[in-house]
Amino acid sequence: MIITNIETVPGKGIVAHYGLVAGNTIRAKHIGRDLMATLKNIVGGELKGYTQLMQESRQQAVDRMVEQAAQLGANAIVNVRFSTSSVAQGAAELYAYGTAVKVV
Amino acid sequence: MDLIIFLVLLATGYATGTWMERKHYGSIEQREIALLELPAVTNMSGFDLQMVAGAGIVQGNAVISVDYFKRILAALRNVFGGTIRSYETLLDRARREAILRMKESAPEGTGMIVNVRVETSTIGKNSHKKGVSCVEAIAYGTALVSRQH
Repeated sequence: MIITNIETVPGKGIVAHYGLVAGNTIRAKHIGRDLMATLKNIVGGELKGYTQLMQESRQQAVDRMVEQAAQLGANAIVNVRFSTSSVAQGAAELYAYGTAVKVV
Repeated sequence: MDLIIFLVLLATGYATGTWMERKHYGSIEQREIALLELPAVTNMSGFDLQMVAGAGIVQGNAVISVDYFKRILAALRNVFGGTIRSYETLLDRARREAILRMKESAPEGTGMIVNVRVETSTIGKNSHKKGVSCVEAIAYGTALVSRQH
């Protein structure tokens, strides 16, 4: 699966459009990580645990999007966008969406 | 007693926060120079599409928190208004770090990263505490791999 965030796949032509595909995931914080984060809130700096958590979650959202595109018979997703929102206290939603296409 | 705890937190926050920020900026600047060869642009131009052998999305993120001292400083700023410099550096660090990580995750032979988007969101906000506790910056774009490689 080729994933780009531009309108085309360079060097290839789009032969079919399958419409919007999307994937989301909502992750809550882990208590151990939260404890570390509270500590880090005093001294400042990067919250490595959260960075990793967000990265993993975003990957899961992308995987779900890819799965949906594969079901439609697409072999590429173009114009992918990421979006984040906090839905509840201590939980974040990661959302990825794009257009499923077939390229040759 | 409460005042002592407050002062200790303030002092720890100031000392470690300043030290870590300086260290982080040092590392950011060093890596930015090392990665100057790989341009990241926000548009689609400047690259010959005939030379592209492959394309794929690349991304990087960073979650950074502000220290206790700066948070108090920012709370004071809210009374008088004006720019909150301590939060400016926080967001600057997060964004630059995210862009660097995006560049670092680009596959071998990448000539350019096009259509870069940078986004910020606050996560882990506590309802009983006012203000930003930590911010996440994400940078993503399409890595174009050159044909000659």
